[in-house]
Amino acid sequence: MSESSATRLNVFKTYKLYVGGKFPRSESGRVYEVSDSKGKWLANAPLSSRKDARDAVVAARKAFGGWSGATAYNRGQILYRIAEMLEGRREQFVREVGEAEGLSKSKAGAVVDAAIDRWVWYAGWTDKIGQIVGGANPVAGPFFNLSTPEPTGVVTVIAPQDSSFLGLVSVIAPVIATGNTVVVIASEKSPLPALSLGEVLATSDLPGGVVNILSGKAGEMGPHLASHQDVNAIDLAGADPVLAKELEIAAADNLKRVLRPQPVDDWSADPGMSRMTAFLETKTVWHPTGSLGAGGSSY
Amino acid sequence: MASVFEYAPAPESRSVVDIAPSYGLFIDGEFTDAADGKVFKTVSPSSEEVLAEVAQAGAADVDRAVKAARRAFEKWSALPGSERAKYLFRIARIIQERSRELAVLETLDNGKPIRETRDADLPLVAAHFFYYAGWADKLGHAGYGADPRPLGVAGQVIPWNFPLLMLAWKIAPALAAGNTVVLKPAETTPLSALFFADICRQAGLPKGVVNIIPGYGDAGAELVAHPDVNKVAFTGSTAVGKAIARQIAGTDKKVTLELGGKGANIVFDDAPIDQAVEGIVNGIFFNQGQVCCAGSRLLVQESIHDELLDSLKRRLSTLRLGDPLDKNTDIGAINSADQLARITALAETGEAEGAERWSPACELPSSGYWFAPTLFTNVTQAHTVARDEIFGPVLSVLTFRTPDEAVAKANNSQYGLSAGIWTEKGSRILAVANQLRAGVVWANTFNKFDPTSPFGGYKESGFGREGGRHGLEGYLDV
Repeated sequence: MSESSATRLNVFKTYKLYVGGKFPRSESGRVYEVSDSKGKWLANAPLSSRKDARDAVVAARKAFGGWSGATAYNRGQILYRIAEMLEGRREQFVREVGEAEGLSKSKAGAVVDAAIDRWVWYAGWTDKIGQIVGGANPVAGPFFNLSTPEPTGVVTVIAPQDSSFLGLVSVIAPVIATGNTVVVIASEKSPLPALSLGEVLATSDLPGGVVNILSGKAGEMGPHLASHQDVNAIDLAGADPVLAKELEIAAADNLKRVLRPQPVDDWSADPGMSRMTAFLETKTVWHPTGSLGAGGSSY
Repeated sequence: MASVFEYAPAPESRSVVDIAPSYGLFIDGEFTDAADGKVFKTVSPSSEEVLAEVAQAGAADVDRAVKAARRAFEKWSALPGSERAKYLFRIARIIQERSRELAVLETLDNGKPIRETRDADLPLVAAHFFYYAGWADKLGHAGYGADPRPLGVAGQVIPWNFPLLMLAWKIAPALAAGNTVVLKPAETTPLSALFFADICRQAGLPKGVVNIIPGYGDAGAELVAHPDVNKVAFTGSTAVGKAIARQIAGTDKKVTLELGGKGANIVFDDAPIDQAVEGIVNGIFFNQGQVCCAGSRLLVQESIHDELLDSLKRRLSTLRLGDPLDKNTDIGAINSADQLARITALAETGEAEGAERWSPACELPSSGYWFAPTLFTNVTQAHTVARDEIFGPVLSVLTFRTPDEAVAKANNSQYGLSAGIWTEKGSRILAVANQLRAGVVWANTFNKFDPTSPFGGYKESGFGREGGRHGLEGYLDV
């Protein structure tokens, strides 16, 4: 046993992007070295380009109609399925998160467990958010008046830099729970858990293009995504203050909804609802109720 | 009318479900005999075949079950909501996995068509657990304060018309909110609840959180009266609901009641006739009309009465009554001999009082409990068949001339559970809906259910709502 494990050479994984439900390399052909917390080489990750980012937006837009049109119940089932798939690959992620963030096995385990539970938390939100933030409005007139939340569209997310996995899950799950689609730039320093998450998403009944994961430099791709006319919103969670300001200015060009970076001490804390409501529109429908009379209503 | 289409038999296989010869009560995580050793038989209403012998709960068993639930309450209610959620998600998933088995079982024990158990009951059961699973760790967002507390032990008594679905409506919100439960299924349909007990075991649910005690009305009354029950939830007849309301008077018990109905289905002259006919049929013949929210009073605008009735009769002639396990069956068996006798007696009263009775040519099987789809025309508001809940496949047809008259007639009932409105005009839908004293109003559809949507009645149809965010309130100390 020990002899064979000593002589057997393991197979390295080629880390690839996750775009439109497929696993492409960067069209640029570029990669960069990813190391663990002690500087040991772990893998080469794709160094995504502007073109990769644009392709990801196209994929996200293409997926938006189907995903936002799916029933909230169906979206909840799929988010729960992601939790199920992740639970089954827990050991892999404990290793990857441990290497990426320099955590002990038990600490990395707690991080992965929290990430699994986070999918479950948002799975339960899909068919409830509308009942919390929407509702009938008692207007002073003979009108039915109902406000309902709708997803804003394609959302770009700069994922947190330090919390490479729980932070990532915590920013993309609320975006897609409500029916948005997402293009996320993984932690630049530690992109491997994010890229592996693509493998989980691809086997969770999640339609291709709902989540698109890029690795590389937020500073390089961010400006193109922030100024992209077919992106509806941007979450700057992982952008430093200088980049965040630059991207917020660029985002103003088509009035993207912007979620500014907020200090997060503990990604495992109760996330509340704000990451969902940041990427929702409210639609209000009016309809006359008329009045009863011999001829029916007056409308 | 001769059948246009001939169908070959298409029976769903019984082999997917394995019914044991006998079942115990499910108390504190174990199947156990009744203290006095009593048992009763549950039969398949379509064949009168005995399916199993089931332990019959008595007062001592009720007490044992309530004590088990009380013991389990402290730990269960102290679990983080996210952990309770995961138990409920597990239950939902196992129900999905076992849904064909449970659909066949429900059809055997209840008599309703497999088409309904497969396509309506079971998907709704799983969805209900999914929905409330998600609430377990979000109670602080539900509008009942930052940290609403559960009530304690919930005593739940459910009917036989949707055995597993009514169980889901009761147990899912109760557990999500942190309560433990003792549930008594109806004496004619105990099996799916006992299979659910097995699902709780598969899900690893802590002992005593769910206790299932099959039995008769006396066990239900004991459960309601038990001093250590904090919450009573009942679905069933208005008469029993009133008895419960009296019984719990002067206690701290919280109560929700889902009782009878005499739903008005109002068809205006601009309604698309074919669509309305489908809705009327669904409204009163779904589950053989044994539905508290059935559209059992058809209110038709006078100008389209004849046209609509012609269409409706034509449609009724195509309904297929027979083996509930046949996938082509529309109308299954009546749940019990007692229920069949009640329906028969009320229909005879309708005739005796002068309403005109009609049924399509329809051959009834020689064994089991069956009642042909039946219409009464020339019905007035004074007729018994226009006032009393029949709880069977019997539709009473009345007419109206103006929307005001339709509303007045619809509201002329002790009940107020459901109503239907058929018209192409949106403003008329909303104006009529505003005037109706009913808890659920369906427009251009009927008998639609969803775990996110609150359900419950006005007036003597009961109080409290089940389903949706509102459904949590009945299980929280708020």
